[in-house]
Amino acid sequence: MSEILLQIDGKKVNVREGVTVLEAARSVGISIPTLCHHEKLEPYGGCRICIVEVEVSGRSRLVVSCIYPVAENLVVKTRSEKIDRIRKMILELLLAHAPDSPELKDLAKVYGADRDRFEKEASFCIHCGLCVRYCAEIKKKNAVGFIERGIRKEICFIPKIAAKECWDCKECFPLCPTSYLQAAYVLTQSLAFPSSSSEAVPEE
Amino acid sequence: MARLNSPEDLEKFRKDILSKRDPDTPCISICAGAGCLASGAGDVIAAFKEEIEKQGLTAHVDTKGTGCPGFCERGPVVVIYPEEICYLQVGPDDVSEIVSKTIKGKQVVDRLLFVDPNTGEKTTRESEIPFYKHQKRHVIGNNIRIDPKAIDDYLALGGYSALAKAFFQMTPEEVLEEIKNSNLRGRGGGGFPTGRKWEGSRNAPDKIKYVIVNADEGDPGAFMDRALLEGSPHSILEGLIIGGLAIGAHEGYIYVRQEYPLAVENVAHAIKQAEEYGFLGENILGSGFDFKVAVHKGAGAFVCGESTALMTALEGRVGEPRPKYIRSNIKGLWNRPSVLNNVETWANVPLIIKKGAGWFTQFGTEGSAGTKIFSLVGKITHTGLVEVPMGMTLKDIIYKIGGGIPDGKAFKAVQTGGPSGGCIPGELLDLEIGFDELAEAGSMMGSGGMIVMDEDTCMVDVARYFVDFLTDESCGKCVPCREGLRQMAKILKNITEGKGKTGDIELLEALSETVAEASLCALGTSAPNPFLSTLRYFRDEYEAHIKDKRCPALSCRELIAYHIDPDKCTACMICERKCPADAISGGKNRIHVIEQEKCTNCGTCFEFCPPRFGAVKKISGEPVPEPISDEERLIKRKSREK
Amino acid sequence: MDIDNHRIDQIIENHQGEAGSLIQVLLDIQSENNWLPREALDRVSEKLKVPLSRIQHIATFYKAFSLIPKGRHEVHICMGTACHVRGAARVLDTVEDLTGIKPGETDLDFKFSLETVNCLGCCALGPVMEIDGKTHGKISPTETAGVLKNYE
Repeated sequence: MSEILLQIDGKKVNVREGVTVLEAARSVGISIPTLCHHEKLEPYGGCRICIVEVEVSGRSRLVVSCIYPVAENLVVKTRSEKIDRIRKMILELLLAHAPDSPELKDLAKVYGADRDRFEKEASFCIHCGLCVRYCAEIKKKNAVGFIERGIRKEICFIPKIAAKECWDCKECFPLCPTSYLQAAYVLTQSLAFPSSSSEAVPEE
Repeated sequence: MARLNSPEDLEKFRKDILSKRDPDTPCISICAGAGCLASGAGDVIAAFKEEIEKQGLTAHVDTKGTGCPGFCERGPVVVIYPEEICYLQVGPDDVSEIVSKTIKGKQVVDRLLFVDPNTGEKTTRESEIPFYKHQKRHVIGNNIRIDPKAIDDYLALGGYSALAKAFFQMTPEEVLEEIKNSNLRGRGGGGFPTGRKWEGSRNAPDKIKYVIVNADEGDPGAFMDRALLEGSPHSILEGLIIGGLAIGAHEGYIYVRQEYPLAVENVAHAIKQAEEYGFLGENILGSGFDFKVAVHKGAGAFVCGESTALMTALEGRVGEPRPKYIRSNIKGLWNRPSVLNNVETWANVPLIIKKGAGWFTQFGTEGSAGTKIFSLVGKITHTGLVEVPMGMTLKDIIYKIGGGIPDGKAFKAVQTGGPSGGCIPGELLDLEIGFDELAEAGSMMGSGGMIVMDEDTCMVDVARYFVDFLTDESCGKCVPCREGLRQMAKILKNITEGKGKTGDIELLEALSETVAEASLCALGTSAPNPFLSTLRYFRDEYEAHIKDKRCPALSCRELIAYHIDPDKCTACMICERKCPADAISGGKNRIHVIEQEKCTNCGTCFEFCPPRFGAVKKISGEPVPEPISDEERLIKRKSREK
Repeated sequence: MDIDNHRIDQIIENHQGEAGSLIQVLLDIQSENNWLPREALDRVSEKLKVPLSRIQHIATFYKAFSLIPKGRHEVHICMGTACHVRGAARVLDTVEDLTGIKPGETDLDFKFSLETVNCLGCCALGPVMEIDGKTHGKISPTETAGVLKNYE
């Protein structure tokens, strides 16, 4: 595999072909914020907070660094007035859902995001998709999935599968930035798990 | 039906068909498109067939239900050949008169002819009707001559000769060159150069490639793809097979939205017939090239019109667009090179191959070659599908072809490009239609929807309508689109309800930046366009809503009040009786008054007050005048003079 | 449930049992049965070897599917731009009042199910109301009552 030479924030970076801009940046200690990214999972491109500016053939555009592949002579900027403005807006939009999320609060400090810019929304899920993707790609159980689309989109446990699998697993729980996952699990467990006892004993 | 195994077989078969068809034989063509069928064309077709049989004329007169000729406002549309006599709004009761007077008597039934609403002039021949005269109907023109379920009709008009030429008189590279030289740009929205898209796929090193027809026509107000697919399905098939040849794909998909059941039916039927005749399947016309095509129905999601979402849906998944940076013509469906084009784009291909790129570039402009079908709808006299050369001005389309704005109202704006487009105001009516010209004006070509708006249309409401639409259709994967539009929808709703506040416009602009720059797909990145373009040209309306709580167009329900002008009211009692909220106090000879606390703003009184009185008024942004005294309300009628 | 496993298996066979035909299979079941019972989703999941979570997402993502039984008559009001400009919102308000339900709902007698549709493609005839596939064009709010009365 060939070596690619590119520039990130003025720094020269040397990586192998096929690597993403996010990985290349991290390899030289440049941090780019992410919310929906996880090393073990396929890049998702959903939160958009990892956007960076890339310049190729004289044209500049915004791309998500978790997916954009490195290219020879690529010039990347990970911070700019516009990038910061957009990251701030993304955070404010999410803080309307989950104002107490530790990850969001930390990032809000960096970008000056105002948690009260928008009125509070009912659901505190931020749709990073980490739980759904982890269960599908790593555990291959598909115990939790998405339903609906747009602003009605929600995560949803499949009671029959979750009752069997989740008790001994729960590996997705620490991934959730807002604890919505845990809340959804407990609700499903108490309302919809096949066995009548609220402490669901997994079937053998 | 024996398969046609060579181009010579095809030409012999075609000659055969033509020899059996006398061009002087009367042919009654009745539009059987979804629009006319909704207006009762089915009954008209049945009535004609019955009457012709009754009169013993079945052997001498052809009667057929055909594809949509585009004059949808005046359907059911009937055109009688060879004289090309066009009758409009034909009902089953008109049929016997048409048969005896026109078919047998060779005379015209005057009352069914087109009448120019501005001059009163009548026109007999279809091509001379102002609606049609200024069009160049290269792509849609054949619709009225074809029964979509009869492949022989398509062959009689020269169908599949482009396919034979592409396979036997050209190499695949030459076919590709021809499309490149034609400068054909995508007719579905993006306007991407078709030849370049094909070339990318052709050069991609993969044995398996796909060609796909995007018939998911989701732009509200656009129905040209429906008319083409329903009316002339073989023209799309022919284009698709030629495309397969050019890039080296042996498999094609037609993705049709399930809201178009007639299109699904007609294209499935066309595929079966094409297979029978040997235009699909193995060894097409003896060329050694195999090609098969399958129909996939959409399941009700606007976002599936986006090309990567469409391919994801073809793979049996939810229509979430893919955040990829490798174009789908290199890695598309099942990660293979896939050329996805719009219905109208595919329909142009046989024309370009048959007549040459040189012919095609004669029409239109340098940046936008050829013709484009627009759906001219909304507040316009002649609603329907119009095909014009690129470069025609908006003014000509709206006034010369569309007949201007009805009811004496003033033109306000024309919205183009669907939910991704923008509104173009009166001062820009001289704009020459083209991809780049529309983009510069803050809108876009999109699929060709052209929605005309008049003085009664509130532009803030238009922005709210589109943002609501996109909020509903967003797939929800990315934050900017899902959350950004959510907030924009809230703010715009508040503004139209009189709850707007200072800072709302700036917040909408800030949200627009994030949505436009950071969304995952084109649905998101183009979503702020309707808001941005209405703000650009109609900022005063936004400010009136926010600062004065006034809707200048007198449209936003929460911002208007209804008031009966005591000088005009004649106490006819019509509105009092119709009011569903019992909010009108009146009575014989007593001037009517609307009790504002009871009024629900439904607008019924406004609708029903006889035009000769015009006493009901809409008020916005100012207090409703106090009702006049009881004494003043009594009308003293003059006694009739003998 | 009304549709049986045997019929579901047949439908899957008609589409060559390919995982990519999942949406087409569900459309056929929806069209025959008028809704998608949970058991039908389980059967499709089992036969096409597709996770139930994916089927569930598809069944709720696309407007064509219903996970609850629908009424005898499906009323669709077009909310496309051309119809909107000609007053579709008022038609919808009136129909909501007459039927007592909002879009996405079915009335208690299972008589009407109401849906808004984002453009039926009959834009020249706006506003448009479609009932059981029959199009009523150029409909005004006051005419809707008369049309709905014809349905049992």
